Amino acid sequence: MILPLRLEEVSFLHVLQPLSLQIEAGPSTIILGANGAGKSVLMRVMHGLLAPSGGKVSWSGPDPRRRQAMVFQRPVMLRRSAFQNVLYALDVAGVAGAERIAADALAEVGLGHVAHQPARVLSGGEQQRLALARAWALHPEVLFLDEPTASLDPTATREIEAVIRAFDASGTKIVMATHNLGQARRLGDEVIYLHQGRMVERAPAETFFVQPSTPEAAAFIKGELPWV
Amino acid sequence: MGEALRAAAALVASGDATLLGIVGLSLFVSLSAVTLATALGLPLGAALAVTHFPGRRAIVVLLNALMGLPPVVVGLLVYLLLSRAGPLGSLGLLFTPGAMVIAQTVLILPIIAALCRQAVEDAWVEYQEQLRSLGVQGARAALTVLWDIRFSLLTALLAGLGRASAEVGAVMIVGGNIDGVTRVMTTAIALETSKGDLPLALGLGMVLIAVVLALNAAAFLVKEAAQRRYG
Amino acid sequence: MGLIRVLLFLLIAFPAQAQQRFITVASTTSTEQSGLFKHLLPMFEKKTGIQVRVVALGTGQALDMGRRGDADVVFVHAKPLEEKFVAEGYGVRRHEVMYNDFVLIGPRSDPAKIAGGKDAVVALRNIFQAKAAFVSRGDRSGTHFAELELWKAAGIDIGRDKGSWYREIGQGMGPALNTASGMGAYVLSDRGTWLSFKNRGDLAIAVEGDRRLFNQYGIILVKASAKQQMGQAFIDWVISAEGQDAIAAYRIGGEQLFFPNAGG
Repeated sequence: MILPLRLEEVSFLHVLQPLSLQIEAGPSTIILGANGAGKSVLMRVMHGLLAPSGGKVSWSGPDPRRRQAMVFQRPVMLRRSAFQNVLYALDVAGVAGAERIAADALAEVGLGHVAHQPARVLSGGEQQRLALARAWALHPEVLFLDEPTASLDPTATREIEAVIRAFDASGTKIVMATHNLGQARRLGDEVIYLHQGRMVERAPAETFFVQPSTPEAAAFIKGELPWV
Repeated sequence: MGEALRAAAALVASGDATLLGIVGLSLFVSLSAVTLATALGLPLGAALAVTHFPGRRAIVVLLNALMGLPPVVVGLLVYLLLSRAGPLGSLGLLFTPGAMVIAQTVLILPIIAALCRQAVEDAWVEYQEQLRSLGVQGARAALTVLWDIRFSLLTALLAGLGRASAEVGAVMIVGGNIDGVTRVMTTAIALETSKGDLPLALGLGMVLIAVVLALNAAAFLVKEAAQRRYG
Repeated sequence: MGLIRVLLFLLIAFPAQAQQRFITVASTTSTEQSGLFKHLLPMFEKKTGIQVRVVALGTGQALDMGRRGDADVVFVHAKPLEEKFVAEGYGVRRHEVMYNDFVLIGPRSDPAKIAGGKDAVVALRNIFQAKAAFVSRGDRSGTHFAELELWKAAGIDIGRDKGSWYREIGQGMGPALNTASGMGAYVLSDRGTWLSFKNRGDLAIAVEGDRRLFNQYGIILVKASAKQQMGQAFIDWVISAEGQDAIAAYRIGGEQLFFPNAGG
């Protein structure tokens, strides 16, 4: 078990002001905020893609690297088939029985019928599902998602959200950044609200959307631009 | 010009054994050089693209500058290396096709490495985060990107091939333009020109251009087919 | 792919060629371009199975190649330079092989008024006085060396007194003739290259037959060579009756180019 994840006075340049928080196992966590609030940077600092300018990021178990996965706003696929892309990730992780696991992962997200097509000719939504299949195959303890449906149409968005729900149901900890209020409501158990690089509010989802305790959060929910 | 075209046509139609030998040797030398330069230059370019160390930018600038190495200078340097009076003289490579391959490899290595570095560096922006997220590090990441962009690297190889098959300075000095042994298209053209047989020289030139054109067309078709297959 | 098959075939064919016994002979561009080697070497190769690979350079460069040990035999035409080569210890022994002659070539318009003459030295004096365009090899070749000796014989210090009419191109006989043809200039050439030169333009022989235009060829075994036995075999054949006859038999347009005179 690598959770809980502890951030102690973690800051990043001028984008993230020093913040401390703890991510526990269990409820799916939504990182909510307007564009430019620092969501993507926070995600990357937690996942280890960026080193914080100050403060400490610590996981609670051995080998945290292998037990997380991340899905980005735009999926990055190798010029190979969908199947081979999943296989590649398993290969890097040194997982045995990779072919079987890859096939299962593709079936899980509904891409079994295009398994052997070149990944790059798939639609945006299909490629994002493929990214999720790739992450699924690794059976991570934590799945980070950075605005996974921001570039997709409503149909594809629904499909992606369905997969995320499946991940959640299977026990994977979901940490997802989004600026989409509706999505946050649909998928989140708790919300961390970021405003101009500061964590301003953190609350269970129902509480947050019904009765936000900070004016910035309230304004955001009302749909107003915070800087106006 | 008309005489040259007739000379070229006559040459090709005759299926002259000497001409075939010269064309064959030209292809062997230049293609071997491209193969070697690729084997050495792709890893070099990729490594340079993804690693950061003090002095990296100076090396990148130097590598780019070396793309313009004059062939005759390369020929001279390799000659001094392979001459019996030189450090590698005991290999007995001077005035053999082997020496010509070595000289051309040295000549085009910077081209392939520098163009590869640029291509990998550009692709790296796209791939870096996802690969690191998957836990792919260092050499493996570079090789993954390299393999993924392999069809755009074809352009770098063609640039190297073009340079190699067009040059005469290096192969003349290290090969000696020996009849039947180290005579290639470019040195044969130089010889016929100096003998005053200009139509024949031009004819040979046209054969050379036709061969290089054919290679380029083939590469283009390969690239297109791959694009369709892999996206 | 078909290309890979071709590459593989060549990869096998060329090393196979490298296994063949061969010697490297450093000779001059004029000798090679005369076509003599194409005529001569197959006979030797057939008889002994030794392939002769000729690298054609200027006489000066050919002797340098011998000094570096990059050639097994040198076969050039500048007696004083050859004797120096042996005296300095780079060559085993010098043998005379054959001679041909130089001819003074010029434009038919003949600005220096030397056409038909029999005296090369007088001709050069006329060219100097008329400041007529003259192309020099300028490349330390045997031909260049002979040209310089003729200026000396004419009492002219060409290094000091040359003008813009004197064009040194630092290249072989073919390019020199090409340049002379293009410029309408005079040039000293060996008869062999002249006879096989195809881009004559307006050029013709102006002066020939002067004893001072006599051009002697020598052959020397290189001391630093690793193939002295094969090198000596080649030399022995060239100066043998068979080799000498082969040299005499070589003709262009019915004209004999080289006159064998080995053994004095």
